[in-house]
Amino acid sequence: MSKKTKMAWNAGLIVALLATLFILEQVMPSGSMFLTVLKKGAIYALVAVSMNLLNGFTGLFSLGQAGFMLLGAYAYAILTIPVESRGSVYQYFDGGIVQFTVPVPVALIAGGLLAAVFAYLIGLPVLRLKSDYLAIATLGFAEIIRAVFQWDKLGPITNGSNLLRSFPSFKSVLYPFIVSGICITLIVLLINSTYGRAFKAIRDDEIAAEAMGINLAHHKRLAFVISSFFAGVSGGLLAMYQTTIQASMFKSAMTYEILLIVVIGGIGSVTGSCISSFLFIACSEWWLRFLDNENLYLGGFHVPFLRPGFRKVVFAIVIMLVVLFYRQGIMGTKEFSVEGIANFFKRKFGGKKTAEGGGSHE
Amino acid sequence: MEWITRNLPYLLAGISVGGQYALIAIGYTMVYGILRLINFAHGDIFMVAGLIMVYAVTVMPIYAAIPVMIAATVLLGFLVERAAYKPLRSAPRMSIMISAIGVSYLLQNMALYVTGGLSQQYPQIPWISDSVSVLGATTKRVTLITPVLTIVLVVALVLLIKKTKIGMAMRAASRDFETSQLMGIKINSVISMTFIIGTFLAAIGSLLFFTNYTGVTPTVGAMPGLKAFVAAVFGGIGSIPGAVIGAFIIGICENIIKGLGWTNFSDAFTFALLIVILFVKPTGLFGEKATDKV
Repeated sequence: MSKKTKMAWNAGLIVALLATLFILEQVMPSGSMFLTVLKKGAIYALVAVSMNLLNGFTGLFSLGQAGFMLLGAYAYAILTIPVESRGSVYQYFDGGIVQFTVPVPVALIAGGLLAAVFAYLIGLPVLRLKSDYLAIATLGFAEIIRAVFQWDKLGPITNGSNLLRSFPSFKSVLYPFIVSGICITLIVLLINSTYGRAFKAIRDDEIAAEAMGINLAHHKRLAFVISSFFAGVSGGLLAMYQTTIQASMFKSAMTYEILLIVVIGGIGSVTGSCISSFLFIACSEWWLRFLDNENLYLGGFHVPFLRPGFRKVVFAIVIMLVVLFYRQGIMGTKEFSVEGIANFFKRKFGGKKTAEGGGSHE
Repeated sequence: MEWITRNLPYLLAGISVGGQYALIAIGYTMVYGILRLINFAHGDIFMVAGLIMVYAVTVMPIYAAIPVMIAATVLLGFLVERAAYKPLRSAPRMSIMISAIGVSYLLQNMALYVTGGLSQQYPQIPWISDSVSVLGATTKRVTLITPVLTIVLVVALVLLIKKTKIGMAMRAASRDFETSQLMGIKINSVISMTFIIGTFLAAIGSLLFFTNYTGVTPTVGAMPGLKAFVAAVFGGIGSIPGAVIGAFIIGICENIIKGLGWTNFSDAFTFALLIVILFVKPTGLFGEKATDKV
């Protein structure tokens, strides 16, 4: 398939997707579970892909994602709360000291930049560490950031441990899709560039990569900073989705969830991360809800064990089964692509055997 | 003198918390020594031990509940290793770590299901919950027992590792996993033994910990777990005396910081300490002494 037809197909699919979403939104009642899942799923897809860039493509096992999301969310909220409602939001701190607002897109980017700056500073000492030490150090940094943001003395800026609210949020499901889509496209372009190939070389063998002339420190820092930038943007989106934020939301449990999304989707597959984030959110918020219903009858049979919380147990067991027995995840390291599907159909029905199937990028 | 009476409670609490961290940290450091795995689920096993105790005292007297709790926790630790880590023995290290995170997620959600998300009141244990006064400072007796008990247990453990056959097998496995297998060491039983010892100590740690902090919630194990891990890294991972000393230092520092009115930063301090130690001396305080490795 030529590059041109591939581009045309991809563009067509994106337009079709956006059109479907637009129509769905008009048809579905607002507040329907489906739309909620789509909104949250799009946001988690972005942060999962950003984590995959680090864990799957560069081989840096970092667990700081929640901390960077916190930075993005706070930067977004602080910069966009309307001046007239600051008095009520910062009621314990005389309206706070930030007395201006910036447009929403600028605030999202500012959130990303703040996360990136912090990542740069944190990366200076931390990126010299290897595998699990890196994981625990980044986890530690996320905890430190959370403690600092809950500190009273910073209250005029961060509102201490109180809620931040009244900032603008999005109504349409298209908004998180478009923002996440742009960001994920940027990440994919990066992965397919020379930088991306250098990242993969570092993942596969650090020593060999260094011997080939790849500057390890520079590339690791680059991956870390870029990943954190997008985690910051997704933090801003999450703030918009939830309409209120608080530092105590961004616990290490959040990072673990994102990591599990990445694992289920396949470490090293962008489309896998996207698919699994929608599945993950749909399961945890929607599909398994019936398990929390205490009075569920299957034709007169009262199903035992069901009560609030059971959904999460079942969900955790499913995740453990994936982790243990289906280790490559949904996509492995393959990518979902137009060409892959075309090849698949050709193999199935065309009779002409192609040597390569499935993914096109790897 | 007045200064001492004012600050003594913090110091005592620090030593006591340090002892409890030490008991958890040993589990981390032993497992890491052999499997090179950060057992993220260890903190949650500690939490489950607390919950088992809460439910055990409702059906049996307390002197029976304590051994039952310890036995059940040890069994849980053993089963977790068999179910979640053993199948991944030949997988990349990252997979095992992810599996550990999955187990932690599972245990927390199960605890959430069982408790309904409510904080459970840990039972009063007679004698060790009683108040005593030391140099004018009032505290629970458990505060004084913890460091003594910790040191006794650690000495016993070190003797076990130095003098017995299974201890020798553990030392061999931590030095070189594959060679020790070739030498006829049954690696699976050594690893199981490691988990049994680790969870046994965590069960005792939870008994002491929850006597002071009586609310058991599904996420209560996460923080002590992470801190105990920091203690293990601080002391040099793989080294038992290192983990104990690291745990005492962290426990005492944390409570001094609380005493100074910086409660918010007591957790952050622990992680800052971790980053400093990794930066200055990545092997930890006793990391290079290979003779102490387990």
